[in-house]
Amino acid sequence: MAAHSAVLSMSKIINPFWGGRLGNTVKCCTLSSMQLITYEMLMLQPPPAKYGGRHTVTLIPGDGIGPELLNHVKEVFRFSCVPVDFEVVHVNSALESEDDINNAITAIRRNGVALKGNIETNHTMAPSVKSRNNLLRTSLDLYANVMHCQSLPGVQTRHKNIDIMIIRENTEGEYSSLEHESVSGVVECLKIITRNNSLRIADYAFRLAREKGRSRVTAVHKANIMKLGDGLFLQCCREVASGYPDITFDSMIVDNTTMQLVSKPQQFDVMVMPNLYGNVVSNVCAGLVGGPGLVPGANYGRDYAVFETATRNTGKSIAGRNIANPTAMLLAGCMMLDHLRLYDYASMIRNAILTTMNETRLHTADIGGQGTTSEVVQSIMRNIQSKGPLTTDL
Amino acid sequence: THTHTQSWVTLVLLYVMDATTDYFHSMQTVTLIPGDGIGPEISSAVMKIFEAAKAPIRWEERNVTAIKGPGGRWMIPPDAKESMDRNKIGLKGPLKTPIAAGHPSMNLLLRKTFDLYANVRPCISIEGYKTPYTNVDLVTIRENTEGEYSGIEHVIVEGVVQSIKLITEDASRRIAEYAFEYARNNQRSSVTAVHKANIMRMSDGLFLRKCREVAEGYKDIKFTEMYLDTVCLNMVQDPTQFDVLVMPNLYGDILSDLCAGLIGGLGVTPSGNIGANGVAIFESVHGTAPDIAGLDMANPTALLLSAVMMLRHMGLHDYGNKIQTACFDTIRDKKVLTKDLGGNSKCSEFTADICRRIQDLD
Repeated sequence: MAAHSAVLSMSKIINPFWGGRLGNTVKCCTLSSMQLITYEMLMLQPPPAKYGGRHTVTLIPGDGIGPELLNHVKEVFRFSCVPVDFEVVHVNSALESEDDINNAITAIRRNGVALKGNIETNHTMAPSVKSRNNLLRTSLDLYANVMHCQSLPGVQTRHKNIDIMIIRENTEGEYSSLEHESVSGVVECLKIITRNNSLRIADYAFRLAREKGRSRVTAVHKANIMKLGDGLFLQCCREVASGYPDITFDSMIVDNTTMQLVSKPQQFDVMVMPNLYGNVVSNVCAGLVGGPGLVPGANYGRDYAVFETATRNTGKSIAGRNIANPTAMLLAGCMMLDHLRLYDYASMIRNAILTTMNETRLHTADIGGQGTTSEVVQSIMRNIQSKGPLTTDL
Repeated sequence: THTHTQSWVTLVLLYVMDATTDYFHSMQTVTLIPGDGIGPEISSAVMKIFEAAKAPIRWEERNVTAIKGPGGRWMIPPDAKESMDRNKIGLKGPLKTPIAAGHPSMNLLLRKTFDLYANVRPCISIEGYKTPYTNVDLVTIRENTEGEYSGIEHVIVEGVVQSIKLITEDASRRIAEYAFEYARNNQRSSVTAVHKANIMRMSDGLFLRKCREVAEGYKDIKFTEMYLDTVCLNMVQDPTQFDVLVMPNLYGDILSDLCAGLIGGLGVTPSGNIGANGVAIFESVHGTAPDIAGLDMANPTALLLSAVMMLRHMGLHDYGNKIQTACFDTIRDKKVLTKDLGGNSKCSEFTADICRRIQDLD
């Protein structure tokens, strides 16, 4: 009973501080509808359109294949007359100073939404030079990383009928970047788990499951070994689960999870987990549905949202060769359009992408085809032109 | 003529002594820990198969149920420890960890007692046991003493917990050296270090540096480094690109189970633990399966393949190959498979079939 009321009171606090994506479907019993509307109007909307009905979105090209894929996104958006302007902020990963990434963070604070490529972390540099991507996520408190893995009918994979949503805690856990060398030759790395963040991510997972009509949430952990840390995470998940009796909750140890994923991935529905296990599980799932070029990912915080590919690869080896798969980045762009409430544009572009996926000869090399990036993008644009209301010239 | 006879007799005597010494040396004693649940029946299956193969192994059975030693610390029985220290090689079945027994898990106790620092899991696709992944042939070598599993956790303030991941130079160097030695002794061409040094700069950075240093001394083996997420991504798309993987504790736990899943699960995966002072304990990593214990339904494949690993570790490659071939042939034939492999036969029938094949191979 105490846990239940704790969850309800937690919902009162969490509800308004929630990414705008899920705002319209909240049916929380703790707030009256009057309060709900007020909160929604004040807190949950995406930032207002800047000028003439057009949104401004920060674009961070990153390294490797990021710049070329984001150029394609810009191309497709311009072609489809999407009312979005991009503010490009370059981040040079070779420099040691953090000015670049701080500029990017300021730009995102200003615009509220960003689309980014992955920024490379050169780990031969001194350990004080932290990962730029991580810095971005923690500064903007983008606490939830959401990834939806679905088997696409046009892509050949070993496993079929996969439909898993992965919600990964994005700011703490093993990625706290707190390390020290206590004695020469002995390094300690701290993994931090907090009650607040665990409750927050669990609540996000259950709300998302409810909104999407999912029936089961699985928490992935290693609480048999890390009794206090993952034990706390699991306990928080259980507390939140008690407030959602319509959704089944179970838990699974991470090594068993990976084993089950490669043999029977169809058993999973929604999964929630701390940071590092999220990294492993999301990459395994991305591999199961066809590779890093197909799955988009989103990072949601209270006030900001950043969209990117789910597996966050720089793809240095395929950069500049016109063979990268643009699907993931384009679908990430569609997720961004959904976030900005430009639903029509989002579904138009998404349908065009899925139609192109099903024409096998227009697959890029990573999914077994021979097409080039530009061919795929052209096909998508042709598709948009044939279906869509208004486009520029091809 | 007298001298000639003398020298001839001496020669014959020397030859006979040499031959008999060889015979006595080649019979090696191995500590056998049958374990709980299905442990005893799969251990006896393995003993039967070894007898059929005429492998020069003498088994010394020991029990490792934890007892409280002087000073109140839990330890394994002294006769088990003495046997293992003497024999250096052990074969272990599944052990159960009672929930409220008050002592730590048995596996942890064994690990601490013998300083088992490397966990080696070769994952080879079994022809005849179909999984979506074919031609898997890789080995995961996992550091087993430190890393994320150091068990050092604190509650800093109410609601904030910190877990410490410990990486030391010595342990990293030791595991890297073992990995390269293993690769060399087993004709493997490349070793890949798995890490997350982009996020955990100092800890995984140290691990990586040690691997690089050790790689310098093994120029015949290719050394690569790969992020954990990239390995996971590529592993489920194309596992044939990997050979030997070396990594710290947590990544090793996850990846070794992932690879076991690729070839069919823990029921067919062998595993070996290498310790300091030449101790090596080979084990099956599945559970005790109490629901089928004593019903002659268990699958001895995991323990058998671990025993084959043990033979190879001891240099008895011929016997190892013979037993492995017989086992794989039986599975490929699909006539006498145990229930978990998709058949209907008993454990004893499965074992008898393997014994028959071994005798046919001779």
